[in-house]
Amino acid sequence: MNTALEAGFADPVHDAQACFRAVLDAMAHPGRIARITGVTAPSPLGLAAGAVLLTLVDHETPLWLDPDTEPARRWIEFHCGAQIVADPAACAFALTMALPNLDRLPAGSHESPETSATVICQVDSFATGKVFRLSGPGLREPRSLTVQGLPRDFVSIWRRNHSLFPRGIDLILCAGDRLTALPRTVAIEEV
Amino acid sequence: MNSTLSDPNANVARQHWMSVLARAPAEAIESALTKHGPLPAWTRVRGPETGLVMVRGRAGGSGSPFNLGEMTVTRCTVRVGSGSAGHAYIAGRDERRAELAAVADALLQDRPALRESLIEPLAEAQREHRLTRAEKAAATKVEFFSMRNMRS
Repeated sequence: MNTALEAGFADPVHDAQACFRAVLDAMAHPGRIARITGVTAPSPLGLAAGAVLLTLVDHETPLWLDPDTEPARRWIEFHCGAQIVADPAACAFALTMALPNLDRLPAGSHESPETSATVICQVDSFATGKVFRLSGPGLREPRSLTVQGLPRDFVSIWRRNHSLFPRGIDLILCAGDRLTALPRTVAIEEV
Repeated sequence: MNSTLSDPNANVARQHWMSVLARAPAEAIESALTKHGPLPAWTRVRGPETGLVMVRGRAGGSGSPFNLGEMTVTRCTVRVGSGSAGHAYIAGRDERRAELAAVADALLQDRPALRESLIEPLAEAQREHRLTRAEKAAATKVEFFSMRNMRS
């Protein structure tokens, strides 16, 4: 018997709608930070990562889990009903506790770039850490984003992903109860 | 719960009590549960929530499956103190009934001895109800003596 099963959203319909809106806003305005409430998530997942899973992942979206998320696996299976795949190349969503190797995830094709993976990546914090400068669609002025917990060579990894456009991977960063998004269209530089 | 899943007998037993609980009225489950003292504390893990389930059928029981229609189902999952999760799926939209059935399922997994006092009376009542209905229906059965006589 592993850990006891925990609840998900307190009010499934409205909380999922609010979280969807937060993700949508974050994707439309890269780097905008939203706060998530009304959810319970098991460790090692933060509230935001749990809420994004409950909102976006279901039986139609193959999910790949980073081995570090194993303690939360039962909760994800129960609440999302997701099909969990062993091969990252077959996933629509990936849940990771650190930035995964983006080359192993599907980046979509030129005919249907929407078949690429969306990575839900948990980081340590948006309050301290490295400062990045974001620019691109959705940002009238370049915006700065502070993230603790991304790899040292994130900017060069992202440059490669960004250059694949219209293919490429979208990233949802979650830290505790906060989330932000980095769609493939955003250009990132180190400050 | 994993041990329950790996043991086919335990699985059959659980199927039986879940089906009895799914048919029992809320008051009957509640009075059976409170017989042993106050209800234990539980937390809702999911629901109770109501949705539609597609019921599929097979013509003659062996034909290819077809969608018969949708039925309203209420489901609930709870966790009782110790950590056992109880599930319930019931027909209709009685949320209290689904919740109580889920609590009973969780308790029965921890203490299978409760079956005697909790499930057996409910199962007995359901058996009787079925029997009464069958008898009522049987009383209206028409024997076509005249046709039988004509043929013989």
